[in-house]
Amino acid sequence: MPTFVQYLYILAAGLFILSLKWMNSPASARRGVFAGEIGMLLAIVGTFLAFDVHNWSWIVAAFVIGTAVGIPIAYMMPMTAVPQRTALSHACGALAAALVGTAEFYQRQPTASKDLHGFIIVALVIETLLGYLTFTGSLMAMGKLQEILPQRPITYRNQNTVNFVLFAIALGLAVRLVLVPTDTWIFPVFAALSLLFGVLLIIPIGGADMPTVIAILNSYAGLSACAMGFALNSRLLIVAGALDGSSGLILSIIMCKAMNRSFTNVLFGAFGQIQTSSAKQEQRNVRSASPEEAAQILEAATSVIIVPGYGLAVAQAQHKIRELFDNLTRRGVDVKFGIHPVAGRMPGHMNVLLAEADIPYDRLVEMDEINGEFPQCDVALVIGANDVTNPKARTDKGSPIYGMPILDVDRAHTVMVIKRSMSPGFAGIDNDLYYMDKTLMLFGDAKGFVSEIVKELPARMAA
Amino acid sequence: MPNSLELDLGLFIFMLATFIGLEVIRKVSPLLHTPLMSLTNAISAISVVGAILITGSGEATTLSKVLGFIAITAVVTNIVSGYLITDRMVKMFKKRGAKK
Repeated sequence: MPTFVQYLYILAAGLFILSLKWMNSPASARRGVFAGEIGMLLAIVGTFLAFDVHNWSWIVAAFVIGTAVGIPIAYMMPMTAVPQRTALSHACGALAAALVGTAEFYQRQPTASKDLHGFIIVALVIETLLGYLTFTGSLMAMGKLQEILPQRPITYRNQNTVNFVLFAIALGLAVRLVLVPTDTWIFPVFAALSLLFGVLLIIPIGGADMPTVIAILNSYAGLSACAMGFALNSRLLIVAGALDGSSGLILSIIMCKAMNRSFTNVLFGAFGQIQTSSAKQEQRNVRSASPEEAAQILEAATSVIIVPGYGLAVAQAQHKIRELFDNLTRRGVDVKFGIHPVAGRMPGHMNVLLAEADIPYDRLVEMDEINGEFPQCDVALVIGANDVTNPKARTDKGSPIYGMPILDVDRAHTVMVIKRSMSPGFAGIDNDLYYMDKTLMLFGDAKGFVSEIVKELPARMAA
Repeated sequence: MPNSLELDLGLFIFMLATFIGLEVIRKVSPLLHTPLMSLTNAISAISVVGAILITGSGEATTLSKVLGFIAITAVVTNIVSGYLITDRMVKMFKKRGAKK
């Protein structure tokens, strides 16, 4: 490899680090994306220059197809579909790592004693295991997010035992491959088990846990690229893979903390399944209100905190909420948004949707900062969020969500909740918030109800 | 091919890069967690380098070419859509009073 290309690679690695560093604030984020693009360009050009590359027709065709698929995805995808697209891209990245690992494994067979010994085969096995299981796992996650597959956990008896046994067999085969790399018949079995394990790992996980799952899959996809770096002896791949791996790790830790759960609990807990059966349905009184009454209350308020959740994304209500935000702001009402870390289906999902609707990002406030403001807030308006506002998480030790950090919506002077019906949320837990004396339930579709409130507001201003 | 000395170096780089990653990413604003994820995803598509090497190798078997071809297509899709979407998302984040 010519020396100058090694320098190009070092430069690319530096640019990747800078790129992530500039993501620390929205002001420098675009520069970050640009740095990442340049880094990638240097790496690809460097690779073409440094190595004696054959089979150009294959490579060029793949580049053309990849670009032709990538551009429409980037421009035509609605922002509400970002979680699905992210899951799909984890699947693509992981598949690529797995296939490259597979190709390397077979191609190196004739010189196995030299090229498939010791550490290289270990790296290849890790790369393919993680790659294949992340591939199918991410496809399952995408299916759930796109609602092709049921969002509820799919469970059966002895599920964890079955998964554990499968994984143990896959590991056993992996060890065998490491010891005897020329046993090529084992490889397809090993790959098939990894693919199957990816499916089984994700199907018992419910929709509300998707933020954590996507972050974990992100980490795995990065680590498989990293393992490829070890197998190919490419330091650039090791660095980029490690950056992606650590990013996924941090995000999944943040998500787990925000739900007061551990990794193992998310992966093997099948949350939601048990509670739905035991949730007892007792009749309790709720107060409901019309859009007109809601508009009156909002108009009289001086401060309003809107708490969005996944229901907002489902109803595509972000633009209507912007109208409400603009209208109230013009009246001098202080409107902020309280964002729970796991609101939505992936980390930061709500922020992207609200930013898309042109809501200034300084109005989007994190949970820890906004919680102190609820006691002074006149109206908390909950739109499509449920479990993250349930006071039981603070008070009821027996509740499955006990200990989960929540938005202290119940401390506001008045609470309004836009909700389709009284059906319990994802976790199947009744929300005490709805039965409080100061709570008004606004029954209806999030988008429809908000636009009716907005319609009521200007009429009152004229009167 | 990596010998024991290079393995040592590789692990060293891995450790340092992981710590840098952890420190840098901890500082990323929660506002930007979604674009962050699509950006890191685009960056990890650096595995395109490995895919080019296996497809373009002089000794590439037909199997290698086919698998490499699929791999390149998949990661190039990630690179193109990953960077473009990230840019589309971060462009949307505006301060109050900024022009629409």
